[in-house]
Amino acid sequence: MDRFHARSRRVAPFVALAAASALLIAGCSSSSGGKKSEEGGDNASAGKASTPRMTVALVTHQAPGDTFWDIVRKGAEAAAAKDNIKLIYSADPNAGNQANLVQNAIDQKVDGIAITLAKPDAMKDVVAKAEKAGIPVVGLNSGLSDWKSLNLLEFFGQDETVAGEALGKKLNEEGAKKAVCVIQEQGNVGLEQRCAGVKKTFEGKTENLNVNGTDMPSVKSTINAKLKQDSSIDYVVALGAPFALTAAQSVGEAGSKAKVATFDLNKELTGAIKDGDIAFAVDQQPYLQGYLSIDSLWLYKNNGNYMGGGEAPVLTGPAFVDKSNVEAVAKFAAKGTR
Amino acid sequence: MSMTQQAAPAVETPPASGPQQTDGRTAQRPLALKLLARPEVGVFLGAVAVYIFFLAAAPPVREASAMANILYQSSTIGLMALPVALLMIGGEFDLSAGVAVITSALTASMVSYQLTMNVWVGVIAALVVSLAVGAFNGWMLVKTGLPSFLVTLGTFLILQGVNLAVTKLVTGNVATDNISDMDGFDQAKAIFASTFQVGGVTVKITVVYWLVFAALATWVLLRTKYGNWIFAVGGNQNSARAVGVPVTFTKISLFMLVGLGAWFVGMHNLFSFSTVQSGEGVGQELIYIAAAVIGGCLLTGGYGSAIGPVFGAFMFGMVNQGIVYAGWNPDWFKAFLGVMLLGATLINLWVRRTATRR
Repeated sequence: MDRFHARSRRVAPFVALAAASALLIAGCSSSSGGKKSEEGGDNASAGKASTPRMTVALVTHQAPGDTFWDIVRKGAEAAAAKDNIKLIYSADPNAGNQANLVQNAIDQKVDGIAITLAKPDAMKDVVAKAEKAGIPVVGLNSGLSDWKSLNLLEFFGQDETVAGEALGKKLNEEGAKKAVCVIQEQGNVGLEQRCAGVKKTFEGKTENLNVNGTDMPSVKSTINAKLKQDSSIDYVVALGAPFALTAAQSVGEAGSKAKVATFDLNKELTGAIKDGDIAFAVDQQPYLQGYLSIDSLWLYKNNGNYMGGGEAPVLTGPAFVDKSNVEAVAKFAAKGTR
Repeated sequence: MSMTQQAAPAVETPPASGPQQTDGRTAQRPLALKLLARPEVGVFLGAVAVYIFFLAAAPPVREASAMANILYQSSTIGLMALPVALLMIGGEFDLSAGVAVITSALTASMVSYQLTMNVWVGVIAALVVSLAVGAFNGWMLVKTGLPSFLVTLGTFLILQGVNLAVTKLVTGNVATDNISDMDGFDQAKAIFASTFQVGGVTVKITVVYWLVFAALATWVLLRTKYGNWIFAVGGNQNSARAVGVPVTFTKISLFMLVGLGAWFVGMHNLFSFSTVQSGEGVGQELIYIAAAVIGGCLLTGGYGSAIGPVFGAFMFGMVNQGIVYAGWNPDWFKAFLGVMLLGATLINLWVRRTATRR
């Protein structure tokens, strides 16, 4: 008896809910915003190469769900589609696991490998193995100072440190006195390098602040707290677009005069730059890093070319986006490719 | 199993406990000790200690606006710590609670954006999904008899992957689109993520919900039949069933209650930030459980309160923000956090032991 009661009691709200939802769906479309208002953008693809099908592996140190790496991957996919390449993408933030993924690619006898060298020493052995197996390896994103010693064919992108240094210089130009660098994942090598780069070139004082990047309300409170603790802060440096947008909210709530600068872009961020909520962003052009690393392997296979002649890296940034040039970038950022 | 009951048979008479005692069970104990034996008193003292410590160490904490900020952080943890605590009193864990919050926010955002619907459609859809996840957890647990640690570890991993993969599949990106210009957004924001002024200080609405829900949960736990059922299934499932407690219903509904909490906090996240990143929420489940445990809930179930986790969440928010207000070296942040929480938990434990000793 009791069980029957329990069940009917459990079912009733569902029925009510289903009925309510059906009613809502019938008469509740939004008159503003939403997908319908979004124009259908074209992708940056232009035909397809007639060269024989090849397979390329891209192995990065991406953490799951990271916006930056999502754009790298989109660039790589665009190049693969154009060059008649089957792209195998894999990633693991743990260096040992990343090396295993490279070994996995070697075992699959791919035609080329593109890797990031976040922890170069961990990758040394597998890179040598790939070389032995006759698979060309190119580097992207991290490893600017190590790609040559590991005998990679070429390198695309820039170190996080270089991007940080560029942002630090820009802060000098803006006349900033004290910056706080917000790290959303404590101990992440790339993020720490960005802050270290800022500290190196910025003539004012730089302080780091660790926040819990998986919990946005906590990020907001913590930046708010920092601004209260030190009212001399006049620049908040965020290390990713979503955190910059949250930082802008914190600045407003704390009643602080600080401006917000950030690394990386996304759709909402270009809007915030337009509105003046965020001063500027430094962009390493992740799309270009992914695109070029795959395209270069195609060129090498089909025409023996390699950029930089094995001596010089190909730099993809730093590119600054502020109020003066945000219009040109915004429409690409809206598609999630810049 | 309450500590007080366990300690009861020890018939050592306390020296100052009054004249009359015939046997241990009816022995009068001093009011102070009786109070101290409540599950939430230890954590209350711990929270006061932490608060006083930061009042001294971090001058900005003395301002009312700083307190509003600390309470905000505490409330977003506390809102989830409440159902998690009830579930723990009922003898189960939910490791999927952290990512479930994000699942809910993602669902609401994607349903309304992709179908270009009023955001309330998304909000209702998210509620259905959240309750369904809770019901699934509970149903799996009851049907298979597996420990909840394993069942919810599975859902935790599934949701983590689904959050990422479905978002990528539907939006083409790893974050949802901005819904702030859609119909119903302002309404929903007013309910889930508004602020109000108290004496010139801006306070977030979540703080109010947090305290109201805590009061409600306390009433349910102490004054209703359902509350008794929770204690009963957490204490001993078989004897609970033997005396007619609907164990299956209680367990599944407790998991659905966690789903309800995840929905509420998820909606707050969505309407205060307009977009949601699919990778968020991982690790939060441990913070909720920590807040409940610091708040006096036993990991073994059958013992705890709803008001304790309020102080547990407050303590977490206080330490979290207090370290920043104090301007300490951020590299040590997590270590400070751990030491302070452990310290507070020890005070909590010591108080309870002292109070229940005879």
